[in-house]
Amino acid sequence: MENRKVIIIGGGPAGIEAAYNLALNNCSVTVLEKEAHIGGNINNIVKLFPSFVSADEIHENFSQKSQHENIKLYTNTDITQLFFENDLWHAKDASGETYTADALLLSTGFKTFDARFKEELGYGIYSGVITSVELEAMFKEGKITTPEGKIPQRIAFLNCVGSRDEKVGNHYCSRVCCINAVKQSISIKELLPDTEVFCFYMDIRMAGQFYEELYRKSQEKHNVNYIRGRISEAAATIDNRVQIKCEDTLNQLPMKMTVDLLVLMVGTEASDGTTNLGEQVGVKGEYGFAKSLNLHGADNLTIKKGLFLAGSCKRPLTLPETMADSRAAAFEILNYLNQN
Amino acid sequence: MKNWGFTISTSRTIDMDKADLKTYNKITEKVPSAKRCLMCGACSATCAAHNHTSFNFRKCHLSFRRGQFENLAEELDKCMLCGKCKLVCPRGVNTRAIIFNMRIFLNDLNYKKISL
Repeated sequence: MENRKVIIIGGGPAGIEAAYNLALNNCSVTVLEKEAHIGGNINNIVKLFPSFVSADEIHENFSQKSQHENIKLYTNTDITQLFFENDLWHAKDASGETYTADALLLSTGFKTFDARFKEELGYGIYSGVITSVELEAMFKEGKITTPEGKIPQRIAFLNCVGSRDEKVGNHYCSRVCCINAVKQSISIKELLPDTEVFCFYMDIRMAGQFYEELYRKSQEKHNVNYIRGRISEAAATIDNRVQIKCEDTLNQLPMKMTVDLLVLMVGTEASDGTTNLGEQVGVKGEYGFAKSLNLHGADNLTIKKGLFLAGSCKRPLTLPETMADSRAAAFEILNYLNQN
Repeated sequence: MKNWGFTISTSRTIDMDKADLKTYNKITEKVPSAKRCLMCGACSATCAAHNHTSFNFRKCHLSFRRGQFENLAEELDKCMLCGKCKLVCPRGVNTRAIIFNMRIFLNDLNYKKISL
């Protein structure tokens, strides 16, 4: 195991998948996770699109992988400092503990957009306005209710909150919100068949395999109503429901509607760890995401020797894309270790 | 009283709280494929009537979906039921059946008696 030590920052899907594949190849892997548990953002999800596979199943798989004998897992370990010295990478946590290895993989992932920045949509002001993450938490409880605890009669989704919006500085598409809205609207209709579900969009982007089929199923089988038009503002009604306004652009007419819940499909942003550590080691790219050496040829490598990237710290990715990227990163790290 | 020449214009807003969204369900019961419509406009683009008159099937369909029945009967009268729209639809929507059923339900709603 001489010269085959790897540090992985972040114990989400990207970190664990890479750790496991390196461990299988006789590397000594140290995974440093800032939270108390591994899994990252997958801990906030109930079912995965487009297959509706249980996220618990995926999580269980990651738990098993993380128990490989070549993996040392440190939770509650928040890395604040990274540096390269004497041909080794050093990672220092908040308590001053330093971890050392031959190669370092950054898999610090993403966070969701803070919807309070879109004040006109009323998040944090009106209790009926929630984020897609909060709706997913309701699915976890198995109960969808209005702030008053009633069954919602009408729910609206709004796509592109914090994505494709230069007003918040994010020009890019977060890629997963469209299909997530389809998934969540189907989940609502399965729990509450009589609830009306509307989905407001600028473009519906169904680029993944079986996404378009699921979108079609949501319309045909579940009666989800898609309206092209971006909600410009939300306001509370006297009975604490939410009134929304938009243009029904395909009808070329203004539209208003009262709903019990307005779900904001919050976009993907670089996590604080991604931005801070990326900046420290000189790989911070656009929008705070980490920048790889070459998108087409060397997407897991960076300008720094022995520093690698995996998963959604680089850009918005789906779970299968993240895991494939992590396995690619593990392979690049093995190549590096073999050559040095 | 002095007439200053000002008038109050009525709102053009579609109020989804008051709109009749139920009648459209009668269409989708008869023509389930209507729910799949993406509003791409291929039907209108290929339509002979659309190319020579203001008739726009996509927009008629959407108006009906939103419960806006004003002037719809007259518009639908312009369709010749040739069914070319059905041939180009990427989602296999039975457009011709939608028009036929919209005409029937508009008759039921007494929006305007038209010949079938």
